Amino acid sequence: MNRALPLAELGLAATLILAPFVLPHVAADIPMLSRILIWGFFGLGFSILFGFTGLLSLGQAVFFGAGGFVTAYLMIEQRWNVLLALLAGTVAAILLGLVIGYFTERRRGIYFAMITLAFGEMFSHLDLTTFAHYTGGENGLPGVPPPALFGWRADSELSMYSFIAVFFFVGYLIARRIVASPVGRILLAIRDNEGRVLATGNAVHLYKLCAFTVAAAYAGLAGGLLGMFQNYMPPDAFTFETSGQLLIQTVIGGASSLLGPLVGGAAWIYLRETLQHGFGLDTSWRLILGIVFVLLVSFLRQGIVGGVVRLFHRPPAPLDVDHDLTAAPNVLSPAARPASFGPPILQTEALGKRFGGLAANEDVNFAVAEFEVRGLIGPNGAGKSTFFRMLAGEMQPTSGRVLFRGKDVTGNGVCAMCQNGVAKSYQINQLFDRLSVRENLLIPTLAATRGRFRLDLLRSITADPAVERGVHDTLALVDLSHKADTPVNQLAYGEKRRLEIGLCLASNPKVLLLDEPLAGMSPSERVSTIQLLTRLREGRTMVIVEHDMEALFGFADRVTVLVEGKILVEGTPDEVRADKGVQTAYLGGVDHDLPAEAAA
Amino acid sequence: MTTVFGIPLGLIQAQAFNGLQQGMLLALISAGLTIIYGALGVLNLAHGALYVVGAYAGYLTYAQTGSFLLAIPAAAAASLLAGFVMERLVVRFYYDRPDEDQILVTFGLGIILVEAVRAIFGGQSQNTPTPDWGQGASSLGFLMFPFPWYKIETIAISAALLLAFYLVLYKTKLGLVVRAGIEDAGMVNLLGINVYRIFLIVFGLGAMAAGLAGIINSPITAPTPDVGGRYLVLSFVVIVIGGVGSFPGAVLGGIVAGEIMTLTSLFNPSYSEVMLFAVMALILLLRPQGFFGQAGRA
Repeated sequence: MNRALPLAELGLAATLILAPFVLPHVAADIPMLSRILIWGFFGLGFSILFGFTGLLSLGQAVFFGAGGFVTAYLMIEQRWNVLLALLAGTVAAILLGLVIGYFTERRRGIYFAMITLAFGEMFSHLDLTTFAHYTGGENGLPGVPPPALFGWRADSELSMYSFIAVFFFVGYLIARRIVASPVGRILLAIRDNEGRVLATGNAVHLYKLCAFTVAAAYAGLAGGLLGMFQNYMPPDAFTFETSGQLLIQTVIGGASSLLGPLVGGAAWIYLRETLQHGFGLDTSWRLILGIVFVLLVSFLRQGIVGGVVRLFHRPPAPLDVDHDLTAAPNVLSPAARPASFGPPILQTEALGKRFGGLAANEDVNFAVAEFEVRGLIGPNGAGKSTFFRMLAGEMQPTSGRVLFRGKDVTGNGVCAMCQNGVAKSYQINQLFDRLSVRENLLIPTLAATRGRFRLDLLRSITADPAVERGVHDTLALVDLSHKADTPVNQLAYGEKRRLEIGLCLASNPKVLLLDEPLAGMSPSERVSTIQLLTRLREGRTMVIVEHDMEALFGFADRVTVLVEGKILVEGTPDEVRADKGVQTAYLGGVDHDLPAEAAA
Repeated sequence: MTTVFGIPLGLIQAQAFNGLQQGMLLALISAGLTIIYGALGVLNLAHGALYVVGAYAGYLTYAQTGSFLLAIPAAAAASLLAGFVMERLVVRFYYDRPDEDQILVTFGLGIILVEAVRAIFGGQSQNTPTPDWGQGASSLGFLMFPFPWYKIETIAISAALLLAFYLVLYKTKLGLVVRAGIEDAGMVNLLGINVYRIFLIVFGLGAMAAGLAGIINSPITAPTPDVGGRYLVLSFVVIVIGGVGSFPGAVLGGIVAGEIMTLTSLFNPSYSEVMLFAVMALILLLRPQGFFGQAGRA
């Protein structure tokens, strides 16, 4: 674990302490600093949701308003202690986050944005109608008392600032822990490739719900602080204006940094005051900020913080070429294999899939034994991909069953299949492009060691030695240890291919489903991948779809031939090679031999 | 007097008619939003601002010339032009960027448009009187309460405009290319058709739909710079109900949304929009692709 000085934390603490003594002489007065901190606190959660997880919510005002009004109401009407009231407001926001998150987390992209916005508007209406008795409707709730604790009262600007700054600092520390936790790593991967996170055995929807709820909690507490700070809880906390302002500040500051919203908030609030009062731009300051916003989105998408980081952080030098062994045997010799195999580990019974009138697969009875390497071939359009996707749990069959160790697992989904021990590598790489090789392998390793979901928000990623060992072993297995900290988008194609297989291996599968592992490779990449597969076969069951017959026939224990969605022939490579039916079906009756026969 | 659930039948009739009027208007706005998304894959958060641009251009023309019939083409031209400029200057660079970036940039463009309107006209609402030919009310021979003529006319105008959009999209060669582009833009490009010019036209047409709705609705709801936000949100609900990217979905969704709001307000006006959002949440649970959407896109 990194026990170096926590520079970011110390720097932030120093800034928070010095700001109210220095900045009022230069620019901002203390109340402005307090307001910036409240928005920055609101933004801590939002950057986890939007910057880290990639979920663009346009309805964060719901939680800001709900937390704010619950806190304000309890403090004014019920005379609750400030900490209890803030806690109650946060809990209310969390509960709302769970409910709204349940409706929204299954949607992505524009749907997520539209639905969160609609929920925001819904609550904005409810605030003015149903709950008007508690929220004061259009009037809001005036008279929120300043925080008071054990005889201390925040009755000066500075004491109010201090109260808020303590919350901000603690909130920041917690957010840092969350980002560095296993959950935080998984959220980052969700931003890059949600489908693959699911396929590596992580319950994506629960993690997304978790990110949504964390953001809601921060928003709720920020709303509570706002009411105290202003002595007044305004109804416009619930409006789209609020969600929009948060979004703008976050983008200006930089969404992928926890402090981005704080920096953006400072820029926004300071510019607003300066343009509005200093320059007398009564309303047109928003026009100027709108233009600035569009320019930032277009040219500095990482915001101010991202831009500064890029200035000081040069990208690593171009990498050396794949250092692989090229002088290696071209064709594999299968290791001595048992003549017969044990009971089937993965099998299908009368499996079928129809798309409307078209039957992609029909009545497929397939069984692969433990420790067997099975090749799956067939002409284009034979239904190999559909069949493979049903095996992996990615697609629901329309008839028949899939059994794993004799247990019916039909329709359990790809996440459960991976947790069972069936992992698939994809024909087209499905990697987390913005993460390093190590961070990529972390995702399946976490699913293997922690199960499909665990809420270890505050646990360090380095706390579990099993995780580190798992990643280390997989790195060695796919020969990428020397590239562990390279971002994926800087890898050579062959290395990406190996990482693709590594993502499967890291989940420690019993059965590996490999979809064209050799596709698109240069000759040397092909050789090194074949070597990798040879290393992997001991102690593992594999099903391989591959068009490279020469490699496949030298490698597989048995081969299944799919034609027109059905199994045509199944047998040892030699039997399949000799089968006239296969030659006819596969080669359309043209007088050709299957390639491996020539080599034999 | 006949009552249903204690509500006079005549009132129900009147509200159902109101729902149709609002629904047709929402259908027009949402049709613009949905064809832009369907063809370009961009969710245009500046759509509400384009409504405002149309409303204010129409208002200005109306105030200068006194002719509402001139105000309508002026609104159409202004919003079409605004759409063209937005697409050429900004949006076209965003076709290949992620959804989130498109949402952010159109959100920013919306702010610029709205704030430009505010800077020119101020923040107050602009009274737009009902034109001469919309004065009075009629029972149309079957309504128990007379219904304002202008609202009846907006139903007809909205329907005519939707029909015009339908004809352009479904009965012309341009429309064929647009719909082909919705299916597979890359393929259309390969066929030697300039997809990017088509995109420009679609974006302009979609913007124009919002602008037309803006001027037509102005005598009923006086425009302010901020009125567009509400219509943006409502059109989101409409296209989620109808199916994102579907033109018929926008029309049906608009009418359904209008009826939900007006009929709910018979019982309690403060719940009319809340009920609409509740229905949307229900649809998302039970049929996320909406009435006419393609499954899987949601």
